[in-house]
Amino acid sequence: MTTKYETVIGLEVHVQLNTNSKIFCGCSTEFGKEPNENTCPVCLGLPGTLPVLNKKVVDYAIMAGLALNCDIAEYSKFDRKNYFYPDLPKAYQISQFDLPVAENGEIEIETEAGIFNIGVTRVHLEEDAGKLIHEGSIDKSKGSLVDYNRTGVPLIEIVSEPDMRTPAQAKAYLTELKMIMEYLDISDCNMEEGSLRCDANVSLRPVGQEEFGIKAELKNMNSFSAVEKGLEYEVKRQQELLDEGKKVVQETRTWDESLNKTISMRGKEEAHDYRYFPEPDLVPLEIDEAWKEEMQKEIPELPREKYKRFISELGLPEYDAGVLTGDKDLAVFFEEVLSDYDDPKNLSNWMMGEFLRLLNENGHSPFESGVSPINLAKMLKLIDQDIISGKIAKEVFEKMYNSGRDPETIVEEEGLKQISDQDELENIVDAIIEDNPDAVEDVENGKERAIGFLVGQVMKETRGKANPGLVNQMLRDKLMN
Amino acid sequence: MNIYDLTIHELKEKIAAGELTPAEIKKAYAARINEVEDRVKSYITITDELAEEELADYENKKEGLLAGIPIAVKDNMSTDGIKTSCGSKMLENYKPPYDATVVEKLNEAGAVIMGKTNMDEFAMGSSTENSAFFDTHNPWNLNHAPGGSSGGSAAAVAAGECAAALGSDTGGSIRQPASYCGVVGLKPTYGMVSRYGLVAFASSLDQIGPITKDVEDSAILMNVIAGHDPKDSTSIEGKKEDYTEYLKEDVSGMKIGIPEEYFNLEFDEEVKASVLAAVEKLKEAGAEVETVHMIDASYALAAYYVIAPAEASSNLARYDGVRYGLRSEQAADISEMFTNTRLEGFGDEVKRRIMIGTYALSSGYYDAYYLKAQKVRTLIKDDFDRIFNDFDLIITPTAPSTAIELESKSDPLEMYHTDIFTVPINIAGVPAMSVPCGFDSSEMPIGLQLIGPHFGEGKIIQAAYTLEKLLNIKEKRAEL
Repeated sequence: MTTKYETVIGLEVHVQLNTNSKIFCGCSTEFGKEPNENTCPVCLGLPGTLPVLNKKVVDYAIMAGLALNCDIAEYSKFDRKNYFYPDLPKAYQISQFDLPVAENGEIEIETEAGIFNIGVTRVHLEEDAGKLIHEGSIDKSKGSLVDYNRTGVPLIEIVSEPDMRTPAQAKAYLTELKMIMEYLDISDCNMEEGSLRCDANVSLRPVGQEEFGIKAELKNMNSFSAVEKGLEYEVKRQQELLDEGKKVVQETRTWDESLNKTISMRGKEEAHDYRYFPEPDLVPLEIDEAWKEEMQKEIPELPREKYKRFISELGLPEYDAGVLTGDKDLAVFFEEVLSDYDDPKNLSNWMMGEFLRLLNENGHSPFESGVSPINLAKMLKLIDQDIISGKIAKEVFEKMYNSGRDPETIVEEEGLKQISDQDELENIVDAIIEDNPDAVEDVENGKERAIGFLVGQVMKETRGKANPGLVNQMLRDKLMN
Repeated sequence: MNIYDLTIHELKEKIAAGELTPAEIKKAYAARINEVEDRVKSYITITDELAEEELADYENKKEGLLAGIPIAVKDNMSTDGIKTSCGSKMLENYKPPYDATVVEKLNEAGAVIMGKTNMDEFAMGSSTENSAFFDTHNPWNLNHAPGGSSGGSAAAVAAGECAAALGSDTGGSIRQPASYCGVVGLKPTYGMVSRYGLVAFASSLDQIGPITKDVEDSAILMNVIAGHDPKDSTSIEGKKEDYTEYLKEDVSGMKIGIPEEYFNLEFDEEVKASVLAAVEKLKEAGAEVETVHMIDASYALAAYYVIAPAEASSNLARYDGVRYGLRSEQAADISEMFTNTRLEGFGDEVKRRIMIGTYALSSGYYDAYYLKAQKVRTLIKDDFDRIFNDFDLIITPTAPSTAIELESKSDPLEMYHTDIFTVPINIAGVPAMSVPCGFDSSEMPIGLQLIGPHFGEGKIIQAAYTLEKLLNIKEKRAEL
């Protein structure tokens, strides 16, 4: 990329809240039910029905606002956003226009290029729409079917300031938002299922110019990699236009995953006039200090704080801290083990190595495996106390993972205890020395590496149970004096 | 007196005394409908089956306030499994899968629902001539309109086709037809009666209320339908009143304001004389009457015709042919289907208000129209509050004239003007009742409007009850 232009990116992120019931009626929000099973006269927008606000939804929005360092509105209201579409049963969406629940926040993100603060303009509440379904493909289908299960599922829309300068920053911001929502446990944040959705505004301006360039709005990026690829494509497209002396057109573009490019959807002229006005069926929302404080108490340590603490207090490398805090459950698991075990780095090695390998292989989340935090702590202590070797530990760990048994039982029942008794090893070591004269000669001629071979032979003979350090010492004593 | 001429409280007394059974009452009203309905045409749907079912359940509900009483319901209140058309082709065959809260309350109270009454399409109109189906005729003179939009309900009560009815009032739609038909109509304080299940016209103004043969019935029906509903966020939480406690013949010391700006408007002299004569009676009975000054009602009318259409344009957007109601067969794609469905399904007045409302909310015009109208609304509210700091009630005529002749007003603006006295009350959110106060030289009834402060229904009932006794005209019935 040339340095002639500066990229300006802002994101609008929709997060589906994971409340049990919908925002304005008692219907379930459960995903994957039969079409239109989770509906009632209210969410179907039947004539005469009225919305009643689900308080839990406001709780979650306040939590999100607080976690994004926003000011929480004392007085907030709902508005109607009017447009016709078959998936929108009232032909308006209840949303928030000029008085959102939260405003003026910011979060810290980190990329390879450094640490950045990204402003959060606002967090507002709204209801989700339904889904159109087509038999076969949209082109071949004879008609459209509508599933209103998703109608009225609560959403928050988080609008960022145009503070991002690279697609990598945008991806990092989105990742940070996702982690924060997961730590708050207010959303499943699954981009593929649509519980996290992201639109982007992208523009370029000459370096040093304060005024923003003409922006394109980018939609339909359905994964984290699509966000990065879509933005990269769009930056390149605009840059080429400007290099050719052409103008960027203000428009909405959609990311086409199969073509790997963005395509124009509609121009500025076709933009909707949503005719927002205050929703007369709902009373304004008043959020007092007590409510805010109550929600503040619900907010756990957030990923960025945890990341920093893991580095500063636990002495973990940045990479380890990043991986462990990148998944809330992994971080929680890690800290639960630490309450019974006090070597964070050793624990981190185990979690990032064996544990993550097995979790990924099995498609498990941390608390879904047979390994409990307390059992992992016990196992690590068995290693530290020389009761099992690191090598045996891997075997024990895999058994724990698959069976849920505790490590002491496994070691006991399967006779996996490390042999650290010199008398017990004496005969085996002697036999190995006798059977490997060439290696013994090498050792005696000062080739230290041959010791490793002999240790390996003892380990093999004891099926890994011999204490390798002790064997090493014994061989040195016998051959090198 | 005929059974169908009796009031709710009279019917209740006769049932209690064993002089009449609910079955006899129902039979008498059904016979009356049979006798006059082809001339009056109050009902869009006669729910005889439902009435029979409710009657059959009488023994379980005989303690209910309306046990065995025949009631009519305006066709914009949802009735489970029974057509709720709103007087529109759009919903000509629409049967809701649920009951409105008021309908549930009527059922619980043991009412026998006789039918769903005719109305201006989506409650937009002042004569019931905007019904997509047919005109309703004023029982006092069949060439005249019953008023609107609750014209079917008011005509049904006046014609003895039910003991009482429910109407809805957005800018006068209970009071104006009550006035035209010589019956009592109450628009309660906004939020006093649940709107859940009332098909919305203008959500911030709509309110359900009773249309009855006398003031006592109004109090009884209010006892049934008023109260907080968790399904309506705008319904008021608070202690429930017993409105029948206000049925006292006593206005001594009551302070009544007569707004000069309203009486100075140009309107029917006979109406003015009749209203002022009634005020004089109240004064003689001990009320303190004073002239007051208020914001000109024409500002309220202007604000109303921005706010109500704006909300309506949004409320009526759901009639798009996708899920229920009419769907145009003439459409190549979804956008054409939307357009043609609405083109075919809505009548002229509804289209006119949707267009006005859409315009008023459009970007670039919002501040000049909708926002300004909301500011005017605040001023009008404050104006009423100011008066009610010193006065118990305000009295005005209900309508500028007695019932207009059918097909006499083709200019919509002229029609809008018939709501000049009632619209400010909805804008302010306060309660008001139309009560008969006399007849003009053509023997058409005249209505007087009693306006109270927020939650002032009790005071209104007390003054109206007293006036009713003083005037002694409530026994008079339309001859059919």
